[in-house]
Amino acid sequence: MSALLIAEHDNKEVKPFTLNAITAASQIDQDLHVLVIGKNVDAVSKSISEVPNVKKVIQIDNEIYENFLAENFAPVIVKEAENYSHIVCSANTFGKNLMPRVAALLDISQVSDIIKVISADTFLRPIYAGNAFATVKSNDSKKCITIRPTSFDPAPTTGGSAEIVKAESGEATVLNKFIKREEIKSDRPELGTARIVISGGRGMGSGENFKLITEIADKLNAAIGASRAAVDAGYITNDHQVGQTGKVVVPDLYIAVGISGAIQHLAGMKESKVIVAINKDGEAPIFSVADYGLEADLFEALPQFLEELNKLNTIQK
Amino acid sequence: MKILVAVKRVIDYNVQVRVKEDGSGVVTDNVKMSTNPPDDNAIEEAVKIKEAGKATEIVSVTVGEEKAQETVRKALAVGADRGIHVKVDGIVEPLAVSKILQKIADKEKPDLIFMGKQAIDDDCNQTGQMLAALLNWPQATFVSKIEVKDKSLEITREVDEGLETLETNIPAIVTCDLRLNEPRYASLPNIMKAKKKPIEQINASDLGVDTKPRIEQIKVEEPPKRKTGIKVASVAELVEKLKNEAKVI
Repeated sequence: MSALLIAEHDNKEVKPFTLNAITAASQIDQDLHVLVIGKNVDAVSKSISEVPNVKKVIQIDNEIYENFLAENFAPVIVKEAENYSHIVCSANTFGKNLMPRVAALLDISQVSDIIKVISADTFLRPIYAGNAFATVKSNDSKKCITIRPTSFDPAPTTGGSAEIVKAESGEATVLNKFIKREEIKSDRPELGTARIVISGGRGMGSGENFKLITEIADKLNAAIGASRAAVDAGYITNDHQVGQTGKVVVPDLYIAVGISGAIQHLAGMKESKVIVAINKDGEAPIFSVADYGLEADLFEALPQFLEELNKLNTIQK
Repeated sequence: MKILVAVKRVIDYNVQVRVKEDGSGVVTDNVKMSTNPPDDNAIEEAVKIKEAGKATEIVSVTVGEEKAQETVRKALAVGADRGIHVKVDGIVEPLAVSKILQKIADKEKPDLIFMGKQAIDDDCNQTGQMLAALLNWPQATFVSKIEVKDKSLEITREVDEGLETLETNIPAIVTCDLRLNEPRYASLPNIMKAKKKPIEQINASDLGVDTKPRIEQIKVEEPPKRKTGIKVASVAELVEKLKNEAKVI
């Protein structure tokens, strides 16, 4: 049997994490097929067909799939699932929303958010906000799995030439109606894939003060993150939230500023390669995961940090 | 309109979870337990809708061992009218929970079912979506805003890219984000009053749902520890270390 990966895309381009999911799925089964569901998605299918690990692309194209409603996606995925041993998707809001609906229709107990493939039926996954790792074995004959994209490298994007086949679309449901999506567009690197992330917490005190972080992010070509407290306080929009219920990031460098380090925030960043904490409370839990801790008032430290960075001329944009 | 709110009893979010030495799970003896945090938001939202005159009854349901009832009692203290406790011991996977909730929904015929978007113990993030599939209802997941309209809801979802707005038919499943509202505390008089509100107990086995786990938990271990870091004395030292020692800038 083969594995079927559900691609995430925006109808124009494949989303970067689909490439990480391809890596994970091909570790489960080398005969990997990718299902592209959307509206006018020829270009998406084409680019996925060029990923060397992909053996076949199945495209289901219909305007009813334009807005990725799980109610419309699930029935056609269930139909395609017949020929596969594993149905896989990345564990971001797209996959988290979709996969359980598919799994329930197939009567499968889903394995969520895996960080390692041990064998075709056994996986490692974090539980309790990453405070424990569970090794779990699925005894269902077919498996539904979501993967944590940051735990797998992205697959290469060129060199492959998988065949693209078209499959029939399903019916539109009348259960709900898409109204709008408010995407926050930015020239910065994406939070999920950035090499450097600098995040602010409640200690920032206001949305305006985030400019201290923005300036450093500009200098380091970093993405901007935030704790839930900062988002709740309205300092910054929700798409920046790092943590158990936000995004999980694994950058080379994570700089936490004015973040105390609640378990729920640590869950989203403690796998980062190098962690810096800047906080005036020397007892803050964030220091327990920091490689470099600076006990200082952020309003003094951040301008100095920028000044020191400006002195270096080696930083690559 | 009737709202069913599902709640789960989990290790309190402030507790530093410890892994059992024999690798069979995490320590739960003598550990503070609470309602799963976003489930509190689900109850709060239902109560607000009722207070606004748009709902007539709130029923809170939980699935789990004897003590899971505490979460329903808390929901009653905050404003739910009555409770249902479906008793089952051991690990109950989201698929089994959603099948149990489907049976409860068949019986109670709610217009809306609310619950938290994710339980903070197993971090599965599945039950609401699965229940929506089994009932063939629309699902509004990760919701941070709800507007109740005549025969629909206008909801705002928190997605990776930002926010998404949907109009969802009723009946519907809504899974709640922590930003949906600010859960209230139960007042002492309301806690006393809640003790008199009814909680119906049902055995999961009587519902005809097979709750046997399909996923074997082979072992639970501590995550790899990070090596202990250092404190730096100044910003200049920090930048020097990042450049020359960690080589990340």
